[in-house]
Amino acid sequence: MVTVGCVIKTPGSSKRNKTGSWRTFKPVLDKEKCIDCNNCIIFCPDSSVNKQHEIDYDYCKGCGICAHECPSDAIEMVKE
Amino acid sequence: MDIPDKNLLSPGHRGCAGCGASIAVKLALNALGENTVAISATGCLEVMTTPYPETAWEVPFIHVAFENSGAVASGVEAALRIQGKNDVNVVAFGGDGGTVDIGLQSLSGAMERGHNLTYICYDNEAYMNTGIQRSGATPFGATTTTSPQGINSFGEDKPKKDMPMIMAAHGIPYVATASVAYPEDFVNKVKKAASINGASYIHLQQPCTTGWGFDASRTIEMGRLAVETGSWILYEIENGKFNITFTPEERKPVIKYLSQQKRFRHLQEEEITKIQKYVDAQCEELGL
Repeated sequence: MVTVGCVIKTPGSSKRNKTGSWRTFKPVLDKEKCIDCNNCIIFCPDSSVNKQHEIDYDYCKGCGICAHECPSDAIEMVKE
Repeated sequence: MDIPDKNLLSPGHRGCAGCGASIAVKLALNALGENTVAISATGCLEVMTTPYPETAWEVPFIHVAFENSGAVASGVEAALRIQGKNDVNVVAFGGDGGTVDIGLQSLSGAMERGHNLTYICYDNEAYMNTGIQRSGATPFGATTTTSPQGINSFGEDKPKKDMPMIMAAHGIPYVATASVAYPEDFVNKVKKAASINGASYIHLQQPCTTGWGFDASRTIEMGRLAVETGSWILYEIENGKFNITFTPEERKPVIKYLSQQKRFRHLQEEEITKIQKYVDAQCEELGL
């Protein structure tokens, strides 16, 4: 049922929508090469890289910004 | 740059892969913190983050029509003030269409009245949400569905509207330009804008993979090229004092920026020379 004024009372409920299914290439991080610059976290449009640089494949759309902006080439885009 | 434990813009939103607007809004919200009320005009941001009955926002969020985000943000700020809640950040987001065209009158009113709020325009230089129609912020030479290039046309024939300077002319305490490719600069500006008691305006350039025509992985690279070629200049105007916040070591020719995007691919030497001259004049005027 539609709420009055179309109020949505559940913050962050977009998480129900697993956008990981959009992906054709997935980013894979080589932790050995990571220099902790945090570019992948800062630039991820889908808030899908956490503080430990772990990628959340439930939501990652595979845009490849993280791999493109990685100064140490630690992220590779691999076909699903 | 501080990395927060929790992002205030959640994933699962329907933004395109490589969307610059979601990067910008995520950075802005994380900089402002949870004690924030966000207002957004119609546009990509609203459509992709709030498909009913879901929302990507972790802070209170109000969607309003294209033309009144400035007015609604004013009302929210006044209501909070009258209740003595002076520590809440009020931030309004609008795309270039909702800001430089349709929302200009209500935004101008909000700035004139000096409400204690921050307005952030995420400028992707056309109406991307409805199918890439030109806006007042579309740059000279760009092809869009309503300024298409063809036998009789090279695309958009007018220069980009100088929105930050229109806002500065209101005499508000803080106006800044920013780019999604310079996150630290952007976050500092957002924090400064929020800390100022009064109206502030940030105009952020945000490359759009769908509308500009480049690979989704290159959103940040496009933003960087815009700044490095002088096509987009990062500055702030604090209490009337103008200050360039980033100077590229060596300014690259605009062709390096234009040639990477489908919307400029048709341009001939004549138009490119015109754009270079325009950029040179702009850089000279602002002292870059």
